[in-house]
Amino acid sequence: MPKLKTNAIMGDFQIKKQPKDYDVVIVGSGAGGGMAAYVLATKGLSVCLLEAGYMYDPQKNVTQLKNPWESPRRGASTKFRPFGDFDASYYGWEIDGEPYTKAAGTDWLWWRARMLGGRTNHWGRISLRFGPKDFKRKSIDGLGDDWPISYEEIKPYYDRIDELIGIFGTNEGLENDPDGIFLPPPKPRLHELFIKRAAEQAKVKVIPSRLSIMTKKIKSTTDDRYPCFFCGQCNRNCSIAKADFSSTNVLIYPALKTGKVDVFANAMAREVLTNKEGLATGVSYINKEDMTEYQVNGKVVIVAAGACESSRLLLNSKSARHQNGLANSSGVVGKYLHDSTGAAMGGYLPTLFGRKRYNEDGVGGLHVYSPWWLDNKKLDFPRGYHIEYWGGMGQPAYGFMGGIEHFNGRYAVSGVEKKPGGYGKSLKEDYRYFYGSSVGMAGRGEAIPRADNYCEIDPNVVDKYGIPVLKFNVKWSDYEVKQAKHMKETFMEIMHNMGAVITWGHKDSDANQWGLNKPGEIIHEAGTARMGNDPKTSALNKWNQAHDCKNLFVVDGAAFTSQADKNITWTILALSMRASEYIVDELKKGNL
Amino acid sequence: MDRRESLKLIATGAVAVPVVVAGCNTDDKKANVAADPTFDLDRNPAEIENEKRILAMPRFFTDHEMATIAILSDIIIPKDEVSGSATDAKVPDFIEFIVKDMPHHQTPLRGGLRWLDMQCLSRFGKAFKDCDSKQQLAVVDDIAYTEIRYEENGKEVIKGRVKPGMQQGVSFFNKMRDMVATGFYTSQIGVKDIGYQGNVATKWNGVPDDVLKQYGLAYTEKELKECINFDNPNANATATPTASSPSSISK
Repeated sequence: MPKLKTNAIMGDFQIKKQPKDYDVVIVGSGAGGGMAAYVLATKGLSVCLLEAGYMYDPQKNVTQLKNPWESPRRGASTKFRPFGDFDASYYGWEIDGEPYTKAAGTDWLWWRARMLGGRTNHWGRISLRFGPKDFKRKSIDGLGDDWPISYEEIKPYYDRIDELIGIFGTNEGLENDPDGIFLPPPKPRLHELFIKRAAEQAKVKVIPSRLSIMTKKIKSTTDDRYPCFFCGQCNRNCSIAKADFSSTNVLIYPALKTGKVDVFANAMAREVLTNKEGLATGVSYINKEDMTEYQVNGKVVIVAAGACESSRLLLNSKSARHQNGLANSSGVVGKYLHDSTGAAMGGYLPTLFGRKRYNEDGVGGLHVYSPWWLDNKKLDFPRGYHIEYWGGMGQPAYGFMGGIEHFNGRYAVSGVEKKPGGYGKSLKEDYRYFYGSSVGMAGRGEAIPRADNYCEIDPNVVDKYGIPVLKFNVKWSDYEVKQAKHMKETFMEIMHNMGAVITWGHKDSDANQWGLNKPGEIIHEAGTARMGNDPKTSALNKWNQAHDCKNLFVVDGAAFTSQADKNITWTILALSMRASEYIVDELKKGNL
Repeated sequence: MDRRESLKLIATGAVAVPVVVAGCNTDDKKANVAADPTFDLDRNPAEIENEKRILAMPRFFTDHEMATIAILSDIIIPKDEVSGSATDAKVPDFIEFIVKDMPHHQTPLRGGLRWLDMQCLSRFGKAFKDCDSKQQLAVVDDIAYTEIRYEENGKEVIKGRVKPGMQQGVSFFNKMRDMVATGFYTSQIGVKDIGYQGNVATKWNGVPDDVLKQYGLAYTEKELKECINFDNPNANATATPTASSPSSISK
């Protein structure tokens, strides 16, 4: 089981050396770090896994299947759980003692989950492969850069991850949304059937979603994973069946069973250490619990702390051989930072008023979605977006049906006209009548990675551990704003086609960038240590290996040359698996 | 952390403060200090500290205010043929907790309660809680309906009229209505009332046939062929753990 080393002597300020030398030291335990730990440990390598957050075990730290009254705030958010009291993310938008800064006139929202497994414990499980075009965007539209790899090179890893982790979906034969090895998807919910009809009228394709949730048992990393039992709570992490993918349930705890992995929680990496030849020798970190400084050595260092945190670590790892920060002779580390675009619209569907009750929790998230369906040659913006949908009879939580006056003042309740607001038995009827009628949708699109969207080390600010913090400098361009406008027009058409009443997200214009979410807000940030064939314009080669330091690898979203209109996790997993197997081979050959 | 998680729920919901504690001095800290809270849902160390901090706070609302909140809560959500009342669901306790957890609610609620008392004082010479129910409802009727505006067919529609001088009371009542509804419909009584049937282990087999029929909808051949189907006993042969016997959770 995980060991937390705390052999510190209080008040004795010194750097303690971990006595064990590891084959590999990994910084970060999310999708990238978790996959690396799993692959390396099962191949027999010794692994030290550093996690900046709390120890977390989904088998013990349970919020799944809790009722709203089991939270004193009824599921409302706190800064400790910004997506709600049951959400499986420790911290998020702000962390006590760990600030970051922004350049004037720019915006950035940065989600940091401080727990073993990182954001994979609560993520949306939308698991989309990048398509052939997504690796060659510059060749298509002249913007950004091509990846140094093609879809064909990564396809075998996507296939293996489908089989190892489990994903449902359907093979549709789409050009840029590749088929996979899918388990059967769940049937659409009622509102999803209405959405599907309305979207198809607007010529928007709707297909079963592709989520990393097992609908049937598969041979996975551990025998005790069971099929989804449809509680709709993947964001709480599937403690009970381990049906969905989280780095903890599916990778880290299975890897710990090999006995080859030591986990150090509350371990905030300060620097990647290098020798005078410029090679990585290990990592220095602070134990947040007792503020003791440590260093741990490894033959290989893998950085997977999340795109921005990884670039921060590299930029803070300066030495005579790496004066610009580690892996940064090109100067690209921190640059090309880009998040998915996002815009949303919501309302309700009067046809669902007074609906019959039944359990429609389904899986945790959408049962259908719309992959990008248009040709950019006919549009005024590059790159596309996919559409995610929601609605229906969810578990009541804090804020339940707030503003009922906007319903009962506008629509007759079972044929009876009422005044807006009210109280008493009549009001109770109203809540029952309008419950379960909500519907909404959001776009998730591809932004263009640009050198002038970046994070850098703020020269004036350190966190409570004395580690220099990031300063962000990110702005949307006209491309992303136009994409958001197109999203809104599409959503409007779909909502109108199904007779929905739009209550929010429909009063946009250029003045508010068409409701475009702030950069970082979609939590798909990537690109800050990008791959490429040219060491002058990229930090990593096509094996996620630093051009400047052959035993240093970066296996999170930082490595992405571009983002695609797909969520990035499945590609992080595929690239991490690929890089980890490369590390095993190179170590065997004596190349590292 | 692990030890705490394995303990059974004590403090949630019934957080520290009983409903309308008669004669309890708000300065009397003893009445408000609970034993170390334990939670049936996961709490990380920072959260434990936060929950302790909140539970150690003295009561926010005075007895007078709590009594008023209780009366208002049951006016908004009374007992009916389907379910119990807001106080049956301990909504006032929830409101007391939430104003400590979210201090931005404190001033609007405290000020609104005083507004209500002043209104009653000028009309009936008594605070709201001391008025008879006819008097209470007379005031409530003046503040329980609000004005709404929305667009329909490109035109702005205005519904509801607020009596002159009542707008602050209406705003307060709107807030109270939302607060009471949240407290009620997230309670055990309220969840049952609203008919939410999830949060259990089940097999999603699609929208029930009678509901599809009601809306004139049907699944396509493609969907029926591709989607997981639990009508066929061989479709999902593997046992699914049930909510009542989660083998993997240590309680």
